[in-house]
Amino acid sequence: MSMLEVDGLNVWFGKHQQRVDAVKNATFAVARGESFGLVGESGSGKSTILRAITGLAPDWSGTLSIEGQTISKRRPKSFYKQVQMVFQDPYASLHPRHSVDQVLGETLHLHGFQDIDNRVVKLLDDVGLGQKFRFRYPHQLSGGQRQRVAIARALAPEPELLLLDEPTSALDVSVQAEILNLLTDLRAARGLTYLMVSHDLSVVGHMCDRLAVMKSGEIVEIMSVAALRKMDARHPYTQQLFEASL
Amino acid sequence: MSETQTLRQWLLTETPTSRRHAKISAFYKGWLTLRSNTMAMIGLGILVAMLFVAAAAPLLAPYDPFVQDLGNRLAPLGVEGHVFGTDSLGRDILSRLIYGTRITLYIVALVALIAPIVGLLVGTVSGYVGGWTDAILMRITDIFLAFPRLVLALAFVAALGAGIENAVLAISLTAWPPYARISRAETLTIRSSDYISAIKLQGAGALRIITKHIWPLCISSLIVRVTLDMAGIILAAAGLGFLGLGAQPPSPEWGAMISEGRRFILDHWWVATVPGLAIFTVSLAFNLLGDGLRDVLDPKAGE
Amino acid sequence: MMNTLLDVENLWVKFPSRHGIFDAVRGVSFTLGRERLGIVGESGSGKSMTGRAILRLIRKPGIVEADHIKLDGIDLQTKSEKEMRAVRGQRISMVMQDPKFSLNPVMTIGDQIIEAYRLHNAVSKGDAYRKSIEMLEAVSISSPERVMRAYPHEMSGGMGQRIMIAMMLIPNPEILIADEPTSALDVSVQRQVLDIMDKLVKERGMGLIFISHDLNLVADFCDRVLIMYAGRVVEVCDADKLHDAQHPYTRGLLNSLPRLDAPSKRLEVLQRDPEWSEAPSVSGRI
Repeated sequence: MSMLEVDGLNVWFGKHQQRVDAVKNATFAVARGESFGLVGESGSGKSTILRAITGLAPDWSGTLSIEGQTISKRRPKSFYKQVQMVFQDPYASLHPRHSVDQVLGETLHLHGFQDIDNRVVKLLDDVGLGQKFRFRYPHQLSGGQRQRVAIARALAPEPELLLLDEPTSALDVSVQAEILNLLTDLRAARGLTYLMVSHDLSVVGHMCDRLAVMKSGEIVEIMSVAALRKMDARHPYTQQLFEASL
Repeated sequence: MSETQTLRQWLLTETPTSRRHAKISAFYKGWLTLRSNTMAMIGLGILVAMLFVAAAAPLLAPYDPFVQDLGNRLAPLGVEGHVFGTDSLGRDILSRLIYGTRITLYIVALVALIAPIVGLLVGTVSGYVGGWTDAILMRITDIFLAFPRLVLALAFVAALGAGIENAVLAISLTAWPPYARISRAETLTIRSSDYISAIKLQGAGALRIITKHIWPLCISSLIVRVTLDMAGIILAAAGLGFLGLGAQPPSPEWGAMISEGRRFILDHWWVATVPGLAIFTVSLAFNLLGDGLRDVLDPKAGE
Repeated sequence: MMNTLLDVENLWVKFPSRHGIFDAVRGVSFTLGRERLGIVGESGSGKSMTGRAILRLIRKPGIVEADHIKLDGIDLQTKSEKEMRAVRGQRISMVMQDPKFSLNPVMTIGDQIIEAYRLHNAVSKGDAYRKSIEMLEAVSISSPERVMRAYPHEMSGGMGQRIMIAMMLIPNPEILIADEPTSALDVSVQRQVLDIMDKLVKERGMGLIFISHDLNLVADFCDRVLIMYAGRVVEVCDADKLHDAQHPYTRGLLNSLPRLDAPSKRLEVLQRDPEWSEAPSVSGRI
């Protein structure tokens, strides 16, 4: 059984004349423990797929299922214990007035955990931050440290599927390396499944097993990373994308 | 931490060691920013002095503010025993001013409690929930905004009866719509931000998101707005007093004092001028402080 | 050799703060000829500050100090604010990262270009219009008449950036400072914008300062590269030899990039040495 199955997914914004179809008939499946990449240029709808899965994009049709369970329009609390998301911009994804301790503590509280203090400590250690960051506010953290907090928040409910929306595109390359390593380690340690969106082919090549190439809302090709490394594209658009990235 | 760490270092640390430490430290940094603003400190100084005067009124006032001395009516400034002179019933103006600070503070505190809270509730709910709720709440807000403030307050007081409590209520009822507008506008931008999406993904409900995530960000701009509006509120209260619809005689409310002094303004100008100056000073103090607070409380400034 | 357009010696940018003075740029020296000079570094390395300091665009309370910032042998520091305004735009132009913030949203693009052109040249409206069309054609915009009538929000990111470049080129500047001009763009568009800039530099003999965080891009596109770290230039090298760079910081940056042709389980993590920020700046003067 697949961890995540997306079948005939359509996502749109607006109504009537203003309707914009952001994703058109997307179909793919991610196996348990796999790391799957979505690549494409801006506006290709890759992030919108993640938002539709989490329910942040309300207008969608098609079938989404997690471990064979079809997702209803109104997601139950148990859904968020299985699926979590890391956002692109760590400067925008943390509440400016909440300390790290508040962010993680509230998340744990919402998921009904009891030993919140111990868990906050453990989460900070897991993402390589340590205790001295616990009571800091976001403006006292660097971009990489913020993204680590965001990852800790996503890990707090102990999810199985992690949706990564360009988790390193706002970061410097040296910090990107640290965050990507952290994600690799966490996946190995916790047996996580990743669905990762990126515009950077080399990042997807490093992190993923398979990938889907998107163009203006449609998936044009699903390929293995081995094929990506060989620049072995079947679709002309993929070929074009490869050439531009070289 | 090491023994040599000074209090200042402890307060300015980038690595707080407890929840309380982090809060105190953030507060101290805000205080430092405020302190570097001279005008705001002057405003704060005046207000603190006013609080002190109100608290110690019986000790500071040289006379009882209600005792009349008809033999010594309308004494000019600097007359022996009466620094600011006396009014038409021979009451010491300085003493009345001192007791009047209590009334002014009372009005200000009540309005500052009621209006922004109503505005915050209406604005954030309207902005976050959207749809019909938003349309209805905002149209109600528009109706209130469409009336001239003092006229609406007059109507309220006329309906409820004259008196200081009703004046406060009337001012509050007319003061909340701008706060609702501000909080709604802020909520709309906050609502679509990633950190609200992130907490939604933890299964948080609307009530939690509004109270714990949106309010803390709206409150700072409301505080600034309230301090800037304070001057207007004091003036509105004084205006109602002046029109005889606020505090009733013999209460030493500043607006009522001006109203009384109006009759003698050509021959005995100080009777109206001195309370007028008091209103001016306090209004100015609130404005100065509000400007300073804007720099401190703006979340972007902390970055 | 090439003649020097810009000569910067010992440039410092300082910001006083509660914790003492923070040096954003520390003793940077370089010269610019008719070439493409890349400045690379991570966020906070002072690369953007260097570009802005040359044009005196550092906001208060920032302080700019330098032994000299010479444009054609004349020190820019001796110029008044009014004279600097003539330098900015006329002789040195700057292209920013996001074109959306640099264009006026309520004016058509045509009006903005014409206004900018007439500000620098005393010509009639008709002449300015013809010249503007020419400019847009120079940045490979295929239907310039349509673009002239459009508003900024109707333009895509790549188009907006081309328009910005066109506007910057109107006064025929000697030097173009481009601060991450392609970071907000998709890879395919990025390439087109770079090609346009490249063509213009070659045809007009301009000097280009290209500020970027992207090592591969700079290695590809520039002639010479300054690598900045913590406000200092740690290494200067020819762009085509960037991949053989010596400084451990440059090496660390290069190694931390994931590579399609050399897969690895984990990426190399840059170990920062405090000595790097202590060592004096390497001079980029020729």
